[in-house]
Amino acid sequence: MIKENTKKQDLLWYVLIVVLLLVPFIPQVAANSFTQHVFILILLYASMSQAWNIIGGYCGQVSFGHSVFFGIGAYGAGMAVVKFGITPWPGIIIGSLLAMVVAVLISYPCFKLKGHYFAIATFAIVEIFNRLFMVWYWVNGALGLDYPMVKTGWTNFVWYRTKIPYYYGALILFTTIFSIVRFIERNRFGYYLRAVREDQETAEATGINSTFIKLSAMALSAFLASFCGAFFVQYNFRVDPPMVMSLQVSMVFVLVTILGGAGTLFGPLLGALILIPLQEYTRVLWGGLGRGTDLMLFGFLIVLIMVRQPKGIMGLINEYLNYRKTRKIISAQPEINS
Amino acid sequence: MPLLEVCEISKKFGSLVANSKISFKVEEGNIVGLIGPNGAGKTTLFNCITGIYKPSEGKVFFDGSDITNLPPYKVARLGAVRTFQIVHSLKEMSVFDNVLIGAYLRERNTEKAREMANQCIDICYLTKIKNTRAGDLAIGHKKRLELARALATSPKLLMLDECMAGLTSTEVNESVSLIKSLKKKGITFLIVEHIMEAIMPIADKVVVLNGGLKIAEDHPEVVVHQESVIEAYLGQKYSKKFQLAAKGRNI
Repeated sequence: MIKENTKKQDLLWYVLIVVLLLVPFIPQVAANSFTQHVFILILLYASMSQAWNIIGGYCGQVSFGHSVFFGIGAYGAGMAVVKFGITPWPGIIIGSLLAMVVAVLISYPCFKLKGHYFAIATFAIVEIFNRLFMVWYWVNGALGLDYPMVKTGWTNFVWYRTKIPYYYGALILFTTIFSIVRFIERNRFGYYLRAVREDQETAEATGINSTFIKLSAMALSAFLASFCGAFFVQYNFRVDPPMVMSLQVSMVFVLVTILGGAGTLFGPLLGALILIPLQEYTRVLWGGLGRGTDLMLFGFLIVLIMVRQPKGIMGLINEYLNYRKTRKIISAQPEINS
Repeated sequence: MPLLEVCEISKKFGSLVANSKISFKVEEGNIVGLIGPNGAGKTTLFNCITGIYKPSEGKVFFDGSDITNLPPYKVARLGAVRTFQIVHSLKEMSVFDNVLIGAYLRERNTEKAREMANQCIDICYLTKIKNTRAGDLAIGHKKRLELARALATSPKLLMLDECMAGLTSTEVNESVSLIKSLKKKGITFLIVEHIMEAIMPIADKVVVLNGGLKIAEDHPEVVVHQESVIEAYLGQKYSKKFQLAAKGRNI
């Protein structure tokens, strides 16, 4: 039965990849750069949230500090392009490795705290890094880094006239991160993550070094989140502290995953599929009402779904599937009797 | 050489002495019962052995090495695995996944670990409810699941903390026969138990605690004749029954 489920999931996954590869060929998408923009953001936010899902969903350590790692990746790419005038790639690699180191250093003491206290500690860390980057002269402080005009193409990962390459870049990011999580989910590490989430004491008594598991999950999660940050800055041509290192950005990681279903493979994608169109289209329609309408709607939606099913949209889907299965069994019974 | 040796373990919580200079040995292949009234310090002693608490004084040796201040996961990796009095199942995961986590300790390969988990599930009669969510189980099944998860780690020493409390008498009998069959496979047991009918017939030795002190250590039939034990724990009724039975055998 377990094998059957993985087979179904595999099929769904490959179909999804093929569909996403073909999206830019849809005439409506090809003609409209705004639609392309929405698709790119969906993939980016899904990837970000999936990175968060490793530590927050599977391992159950709700971190509000992920904008720090996102920001470090963004600044890595930004510094390489703006200050050193080279391609962003070395910056992306160094930034991601740095994010990993920072993640381990700050979460080691934080992991001594459990549950809500851990979440609160990570809140404070975002503020610290936000202030630090605001006053740090070397990274241009509050002014941020503005990209100069550079040659377009994959070496610089910059395009001005088209968004399609960005779409495929985001798709590569998305596929890589989702594949990593898919692999983890089915192997020892994934089971250990879930064991630590469910009951740390039992995990320890079963021979699991929970501190090591949490730290490695955090490091991997930060590494991947940092790649997303780098993509974000390459797409926006600029970076400043509030854009990448703020509680608002941290909330995105958390809310998208929780709405879609934390600790599930497709949860982050579902969450992003709802939030991004909501965010982008309300901005177009109700731009005159001022900023934040999208978040108000989103907040309302989260309350609605959480009241009904704390496991998010994936929880609702599973509930429906189970309901259908039991109904099938019940309806099959009288036939056997007669 | 004994498999587990507890040397003069003391544990204090502030001014409260939960364990005071307790020593005993568990020989390989034996079943040792650890009994005593509520609050005698049995679970505290368990926690000291498995590394959840650091003992205030004394040492614990397992399989020839000093495990006194090791963290719980290292003790488990050496082969001394415990279950909890208050069951701690991984609620959101299926019974199979719970056991699989135990199996992963010795086997990294997922296919082989699955095989091991399936075997342990069969041994513990959990096959029918393999795919049930652990949080939805009844208490009897939960206790057996704890045992199955511990068993999947291929332990040398299994430490069971009241694994039969709250079970029906049929379930107790099942558990007893399960423990007996596992003993035959070479697993050593240290069992904390309140149900005398279950522990007395299978134990090779019982250690009796009262108020943090060890008051007796011997074969079960000898222990129940000791006055201090009778007073502290067993109660007149059971000991009379036992004594009558013994007399009957003498005649």
